[in-house]
Amino acid sequence: KDSPNMILYTKMEALLSKMQNDKTGVPIKTVKSLLTKIPDVFSGEDLVSWLVNHLNISDLDEAIHLGSLIAAHGYFFPIDDHVITLKNDGSFYRFQWDYYWPSKGWEPENTEYAVYLCKRTMQNKARLELADYEAENLARLQRTFSKSWEDIFARAELEAKRDRKRDKTTRKIDDSRERAFWDVHRPVPGCVNTTEVDIKKAYWYKDRIKKSLYNSSPRKVSGVDKQSSPNPQMKSETIDSLNLILSNLRRQLDRHCLKMSKVCESIISYSDQQNDYDPLLTPIPSNPWISNEEQYWADEKSREITVRRATKWKFSFSELLADERGREQFRKFLEKEFSAENFNFWIACQNLKQQPFKKLKATVKKIHHDYLSDETPNPINIDSKIKDTTLRNMESPDRYCFEEAQEHIYHLMKSDSYARFLKSDQYKSFAANKSSSKDIKKMSGTTYNA
Amino acid sequence: MASDKNSTRYDTLENLRKEAEQLRKKLQADRRNLNDAELFVMGKKAGGSPSIQVRCRRILKGHTGKVLDMDWSLDKRRIVSSSQDGKILVWDGFTTNKEQAISLPTTWVNACAYAPSGGSIACGGLDNKCSVFPLNSSSNSSTLSVSNKQNPVSSGPADTGAGTIMQQRKVVAMHTSYISACTFTHSDYQILTASGDSTCALWDVESGQLLQSFHGHQSDVMDAALSPCETGNLFISGGCDKNACVWDMRTAKCIQSFQTHNSDINTVKWFPTGEAFATGSDDGTIKMYDLRADREIACYERPNVLFGVNSVDFSVSGRIVLGGYNDYLVHVWDTITGEKLTALFGHENRISCLKMSPDGTSFCTGSWDTTLRIWA
Repeated sequence: KDSPNMILYTKMEALLSKMQNDKTGVPIKTVKSLLTKIPDVFSGEDLVSWLVNHLNISDLDEAIHLGSLIAAHGYFFPIDDHVITLKNDGSFYRFQWDYYWPSKGWEPENTEYAVYLCKRTMQNKARLELADYEAENLARLQRTFSKSWEDIFARAELEAKRDRKRDKTTRKIDDSRERAFWDVHRPVPGCVNTTEVDIKKAYWYKDRIKKSLYNSSPRKVSGVDKQSSPNPQMKSETIDSLNLILSNLRRQLDRHCLKMSKVCESIISYSDQQNDYDPLLTPIPSNPWISNEEQYWADEKSREITVRRATKWKFSFSELLADERGREQFRKFLEKEFSAENFNFWIACQNLKQQPFKKLKATVKKIHHDYLSDETPNPINIDSKIKDTTLRNMESPDRYCFEEAQEHIYHLMKSDSYARFLKSDQYKSFAANKSSSKDIKKMSGTTYNA
Repeated sequence: MASDKNSTRYDTLENLRKEAEQLRKKLQADRRNLNDAELFVMGKKAGGSPSIQVRCRRILKGHTGKVLDMDWSLDKRRIVSSSQDGKILVWDGFTTNKEQAISLPTTWVNACAYAPSGGSIACGGLDNKCSVFPLNSSSNSSTLSVSNKQNPVSSGPADTGAGTIMQQRKVVAMHTSYISACTFTHSDYQILTASGDSTCALWDVESGQLLQSFHGHQSDVMDAALSPCETGNLFISGGCDKNACVWDMRTAKCIQSFQTHNSDINTVKWFPTGEAFATGSDDGTIKMYDLRADREIACYERPNVLFGVNSVDFSVSGRIVLGGYNDYLVHVWDTITGEKLTALFGHENRISCLKMSPDGTSFCTGSWDTTLRIWA
């Protein structure tokens, strides 16, 4: 079964086969120094420049980082370091044997590790000497497996004997690859173990038998699919599933969709409009995280309404409602117009949806009493048809029983009151703030300095 | 007789299949007519990519296991974070002080959330439960609050505190598999959860009552997000069936779904207008889907970005998409041109969570390297 990391391994291995291409890959060489030969290696800088060229990476640090990660997953390794990183210099690296690749599903046991470490102690070579942390691991394992240590020791001896028969160059390469394998699966303390998986994904792939509390069927079906066929869509077709697909398709066909050009335009113009209000794009000089001064937050809370803030209310009705001070001002305006009940009703309905469940019935009653009943002094502006639907909904009250009325009121406010609010002197007093309207745009970028 | 039945069944299946094929073709033709532009082409015409200067401003150290999730308080400076070792920490991100620590009896606390009032937090994970804990205000925090010590998590007073606070724990939600995400609705009284049991659910905090459950995903749901619109009764979810679903809270029905990722969707986040949303997947891409166009409108990818995305968010204008990746980096994208603006180095292991602060002045990342970082 696929490991959760498989999609990543596949990508890395595709890259690796390009890296190892005889002509266009990373140049492999045998380095001769005074007395010894180092076979089959490439230099760190060669690999980094290969990555830069083949993946079009503009940032050198990113290329080095990516190379380090590919190494840390066990695809190549520094020939003389347990810590697997890539350096952009002349240091030497060697490709890992595909047998040891993580995609083979290695989950090596501690006994295997013990055999390996034990074997190393039997080989009387400087390059095979245990590092401090390895010696500590060995000691710990020896304690853990004290009962079966004879077996482990015997196996290590056998492997060591077999290893000795190979020729010198092959041994050198094999030993380094085996070491690198364990550097991936039992990394040096402090290094990341790249074979770890997200526990959520581990659960998923182990395909536990789960029964859903609410409805067990979808889970079961998918569970069976996963086991029986790699392509569940093909085999699990039933009349029911096809009907479901059909109804989904019909729904999609019926849906009114906007043209891509319209959609893109709206996204571009929204982000453009908000540009000055986005601290990532338009840095604010008093950003608390940068200046280490909390003043900005205090100002935002207490200060009077700035042009910058009021300008935002003009962008859209939602923008006005999103701002607590905007709501306040809008309510004030409506009070002057004697139509605040619409807004109050809308707020009451919003709150209804997010209330504790046990208050639901009482709140529904209260909203009805305050805005819809015959004795209310502040009836909201809805026609008899909507009122009838609402009253019918109220027979089984739920969070959404005023939905239709609420939507109606929202559109009323948006199309009517909001437009008049923007034209009102009350709003203009904030938005123009003693300056001509031409300056607003400019002002909006600078007022926070005030 | 039996064979007759089989053949009719076969015919029906065959007919249905044909009909589906026809509808699919019609749909494709319909959509082709609407497909008159591309976001990145239009975006590039609209002007060059912005340059951004973001640096790490705070490092929050205190967890001893992988940080799995975090959430901002609406006060714009406090942060709650949860980790693999079962600890919940509440931070003042601005001063980097730890204000409270809660030890849960389970490990892998996948999700945590700050209540809008700032008075409580919710969390959940492998215990299949979503629990709510009240937070102590600074006035009566004698037993619970953690003074500004280096390592409050293992210190005595914090543990005694945890004992007390466990009594104040309220189990709100119960799923039949792990909780992958939880979020308060716009009030303290409701929680939306996503779970490995392939459902999402809305709960009443006070009574722990299930208000609504949402079925439709074929596999584990990894994330869910509520519409930012005041009129929106929608939320989105994404999961291991590679599917991103748009749900109507009123009817509990999935009204739109998108399946163009090649692997598990780990994260979903709304574009600020609530008309489009971004998803991040193990396939190493971030995609944007638009509700009005009913299709994928953008894909953020590069050949050198191989690793999965665990968490995405938009800057407050929507112009910047930030992704927290398994390659330890935050990759920063220009939403409308698809350009990769930069990569942020700092974390030393996978980034598990990333969230813009409520006022957009900074964003926070949490990582398997046990730290959280605040960038601005």
